[in-house]
Amino acid sequence: MALSETVMKISHLYKSFGNNHVLNDFNFELYKGENVVVLGKSGSGKSVLIKCIIGLLKPDQGTIDVFDQCINDMDDAELDKVRARVGFLFQSNALYDSMTVRENLEFPLRRHWIEVTQEEVNQMVTEALEDVGLEHTIDMMPIELSGGMRKRIALARTLILKPDIILYDEPTTGLDSITGSEIISLMIEIKKKYNTSSLIISHDMNCVRRASDRVVVLYDGMCYATGTYAFLQNHTDPKVKQFFEQDFKL
Amino acid sequence: MSNETRFQAFLSEAGELSRFAARFVSQCLRPRYEVAEFIRQCYIIGYQSLPLVGLTGFIMGLVLTLQLRPSMVDYGVESQLPAIVGIAIVREIGPVITALIFAGKIGSSIGAELGSMKVTEQIDAMEVSGTNPFKYLVVTRVMAAICMLPILSVLGDAISLYGAYLGVNVRGATSFHLFWVEVVDSLAFNDVLPAFIKTFFFGFAVGIIGCFKGYNSKKGTEGVGHSANSAVVLSSVVIFILDLLAVQITDLLGFN
Repeated sequence: MALSETVMKISHLYKSFGNNHVLNDFNFELYKGENVVVLGKSGSGKSVLIKCIIGLLKPDQGTIDVFDQCINDMDDAELDKVRARVGFLFQSNALYDSMTVRENLEFPLRRHWIEVTQEEVNQMVTEALEDVGLEHTIDMMPIELSGGMRKRIALARTLILKPDIILYDEPTTGLDSITGSEIISLMIEIKKKYNTSSLIISHDMNCVRRASDRVVVLYDGMCYATGTYAFLQNHTDPKVKQFFEQDFKL
Repeated sequence: MSNETRFQAFLSEAGELSRFAARFVSQCLRPRYEVAEFIRQCYIIGYQSLPLVGLTGFIMGLVLTLQLRPSMVDYGVESQLPAIVGIAIVREIGPVITALIFAGKIGSSIGAELGSMKVTEQIDAMEVSGTNPFKYLVVTRVMAAICMLPILSVLGDAISLYGAYLGVNVRGATSFHLFWVEVVDSLAFNDVLPAFIKTFFFGFAVGIIGCFKGYNSKKGTEGVGHSANSAVVLSSVVIFILDLLAVQITDLLGFN
């Protein structure tokens, strides 16, 4: 795959919570049309990293450039423009309990002040639901859906703005292996269909193997190793090897 | 936990709550205004609370009259019953009981709703979706509570007075017109205005404490329950403190 255009660049990122240094000189680049999985142990700072990228947490030091714009010092209005191009799939799905599936999907469209008619909104909602194969749930409440269906609806909500980058926070956590596998297939299809770049936070080795073009090992708060799955699988460093040995046992 | 640590925790929480309230004031003055969500919250907070406020107000008026009657008869001032009940309800019992019912229903509901949204990342999802969650969730709810509690209090007083009228007629025969004239004649402007004004502060207290507890909810689902519970307890205590302050202030201003 020819990788040219950089869509996201993270330089010398530091983030601490008290004495807990979570990110420690983290450097990383994401290219257009690339799926990168950030692999790390629980509590290694994967979710902190992704929340810094979307502007939910402020880094202590370092820069995050998204589409060649540094997001660190952006005001809310500027940040919202960037966020309209970056989708975020939350680990807990974060569907609004008090809204129907349709209202959940319409919410980002209306809030980002995108000028669309009601007819276009309906069409975009239907298209996003078709992408995840759940058109029939349009008037259902999130509580009526299964865990896998909620994950798909959350993905549809992420897709509705046709983002250039999608950030996935533990997309298969809490799902059974079959449903998890379906979600991974969906992520791969979405990348092919929309040519999106994706940053996937995961410690599910099935997800790492199938969804990644490149893997980044997050260790001690830094980008410890990077490469394709096959490359890292044969890595000699014990800190890298441990993830793949675990995979072997699984 | 030692008393010193408890006191420090109390001061720390009081400081956080003050900052939260200051943020509310600053955010509610700046556009963009979430009018549709504010109206929806007014419906939920106001209209949907009316049956409960009405029922409790009605029972309160009825029981208060029935309890007062024997003493009034003993002192030979039974004819003053509508006036005494009217003053008690309008000046003190109506606003405070309505606020306490409101705190129980709305304070807990806001605390649990926002707490649940916090632990399931819905608040983060709103921020990512181009929404200022503080404005959308907190400002609308607190504004709705400020606007709705005075209206509920007035309606609660009216229903309570109707209960009192029925109470008067349990062992007597007084026309509604006569009862109403007795009540209105006994009330002065100084009785109605301070009682009405303090309900705005009660509404603010219930709204801001419910939102503060929910918005800062931690520890998963356990934290949601704690947020709802502590929102009710704290707002009930604050209602009594505000009531005490209101009485002192109105006294100083010569309203009593």
